[in-house]
Amino acid sequence: MRHVDEYRDARAIEVVRARVEARLSRNRTLMEVCGGQTHSILKFGLDQLFPERLQLVHGPGCPVCVTPLEEIDRALAIAETEGTIFCSFGDMLRVPGSTHDLLIAKARGADVRIVYSPVDAVAIAREEPDREVVFFAVGFETTAPANAMAIRTAAREGLDNFSMLVAHVLVPPALEALLGDDDCRIEGLLAPGHVCVVTGMHDYHSVARRHSIPIVVTGFEPLDLMLGIDRCVEMIESGEVGVVNAYERAARADGNPAARELLADVFSVCDRKWRGIGEIPASGYEIAPAFRRFDARTRFAVSCIEAQEPAECMAGLVLQGRLKPTECPQFGRRCTPQNPMGATMVSSEGACAAYFQYGRPADVGASA
Amino acid sequence: MTASTDMRASNGVARLRGGGIACPLPIDDRAVVQMAHGGGGTKTAEIIEGMLLPALTEAAVAATPGQDCRVQAGELSDGAIVQVGDERLAFSTDSFVVSPRFFPGGDIGSLAIHGTVNDLAMCGAVPLTLSLALVLEEGLEMAELQRIVDSIAAASAAVGVPVTTGDTKVVDRGKGDGVYINTTGIGRITAPVDLSPSNCRPGDAILVSGPIGDHGVAIMAARGGLHLDTDVVSDSASVVDLAMAVLTAAPNTRVLRDPTRGGVATVLCELADASSVAFDVDEHHVPVRPGVRAACELLGLDPLYVACEGRFLAIVPPEEADAALAAMQSRADGAAAAVIGEVAQGPAHVVLRTAIGSRRRLTRLSGEQLPRIC
Repeated sequence: MRHVDEYRDARAIEVVRARVEARLSRNRTLMEVCGGQTHSILKFGLDQLFPERLQLVHGPGCPVCVTPLEEIDRALAIAETEGTIFCSFGDMLRVPGSTHDLLIAKARGADVRIVYSPVDAVAIAREEPDREVVFFAVGFETTAPANAMAIRTAAREGLDNFSMLVAHVLVPPALEALLGDDDCRIEGLLAPGHVCVVTGMHDYHSVARRHSIPIVVTGFEPLDLMLGIDRCVEMIESGEVGVVNAYERAARADGNPAARELLADVFSVCDRKWRGIGEIPASGYEIAPAFRRFDARTRFAVSCIEAQEPAECMAGLVLQGRLKPTECPQFGRRCTPQNPMGATMVSSEGACAAYFQYGRPADVGASA
Repeated sequence: MTASTDMRASNGVARLRGGGIACPLPIDDRAVVQMAHGGGGTKTAEIIEGMLLPALTEAAVAATPGQDCRVQAGELSDGAIVQVGDERLAFSTDSFVVSPRFFPGGDIGSLAIHGTVNDLAMCGAVPLTLSLALVLEEGLEMAELQRIVDSIAAASAAVGVPVTTGDTKVVDRGKGDGVYINTTGIGRITAPVDLSPSNCRPGDAILVSGPIGDHGVAIMAARGGLHLDTDVVSDSASVVDLAMAVLTAAPNTRVLRDPTRGGVATVLCELADASSVAFDVDEHHVPVRPGVRAACELLGLDPLYVACEGRFLAIVPPEEADAALAAMQSRADGAAAAVIGEVAQGPAHVVLRTAIGSRRRLTRLSGEQLPRIC
């Protein structure tokens, strides 16, 4: 398949791998930020090819995993409101709230629908004018433009029965929080390629400068990842600080200006709680005042719903790259995708789920 | 395919499980039936192994058949084997709730014939006859029902297995999804084969009869919500003749299984568990059509977990592997058959050699396959 096979070529990957190995003067620790990258590393077993001196820790870039407990509780409260049609991406349905998840709400009679685009939810609102239709907007800057577009469409068409529960999170503030921690041992970052396709790289320059670190915008195929690692290691070894684009076929320095304009129009930046990490200032989007009538949080009066996460949850450590999933005592034992103890075991982009699904024989007990 | 469950069955309340570290929220989701319970993965196994087998195995022991009748329950296979005198019969049933009812490459009617004759073939049986039960929803267009019945008749004639008994029920509008179909079949096992899932031995070859994932992708594309423009058509077809050709060429075939819900990966995990052996699969050798691969890349799905309705896996001893493969490839319906790996010494697990040469585990499908967010 074109645009895929050439980035999964074992020989090309080996050439780059050997280059990385030759560059490494001592042990180096990198973080791949995006859950899609984590997933790809585990799915293709790229980690098995890493030189001994290279360690990748997995970042907080799984939007499903970092959506806070109270947001799931709010989603459940809205979904269980009589007459509501609650639309969501499939990934969110299995994430546990305080007492249950959206799949169980659906099984008990709530009208919860999996959609593949927020525009589909707008179409449902158009077809069902007598019912409230709510879309659960989660994700990083990558999914935000389509959600902004949905709100703008609803505004243009005057669809008063449409609203959105927005839990958007932003990558750069999370990186600031991680790198600002005194215990941080990350020497270089592989930035999320698809986020940069939307936002461009502007915000990453200040992060790199402030923390004296190289940041390499990286793609998702095995060769993309190895090339990103190569560039990052080269910069670390030569003491180079700054932002470099190793995903040139998709990401540009200024991102997608039309998408950025749309985001600036429909959303405004707000403080946001991250599951397992806590509140990070200016790290999320909320609906801008001009479009506030589409905010499900006020329409359904669920702002008051609060939930406290157990402080000792290990998923937070995994999301910060401080704990490998397999280092958790419950991994593959009490905690499995079937009976997840944390969101990182639920989402397809969660690090724990990736380790479980694509695990090595030694990681996951003996039974198939 | 859609899971056949009454989603309104509701009792009990989910609660938190205590003890151990307090990560967010293990949830007791056993209180109500969910779609994933019909997905063919670990949740389906919960119902079968946790509820059906304990209840029904006891009942089966209490009701012993007559002296000339011996029943080998098909709890982990596609059907039961009933010995009556010298005759070995296979007995299997399947229900069909697919949505949409018409899709590229087939429809619920032909699928209902293929599904059950294929299950019989996986027992090593030549199908003799089928029953047909229709559950119709009030308001279904008569013309649509006629199309479905015509398709049932055509498929039954094509595979040469007559429908000889049946039942029709109608439920109130809103209580069913147009048409549900159940077919049950009886077949005769003529060759002296023993196709138990526990038969696999180290050294055996793993064969697949054709490209995988066509049916699942065709259904997902036909559902409309994805706006997925693809030319993939369902592989829904009878595999009876192809399976018989394999059993003739490789009479010591260990086991045959059709990878329907849960796909190839889930079936291999079940067989590895049942035989306490390891399965080594080479991703490069698994036949997947470009359209299926592209759709799966787009949706974040793995073709190894996507359902087929006209393919089967054959685990064959090494000395018969070439003959089995040749028997498949010499036929039009097995032309793309391939050896995708081999059985190794335990522990019981399935390991995939990836496209870039690394190794990772394949586990059973957990929950439903849900397209990812981004």
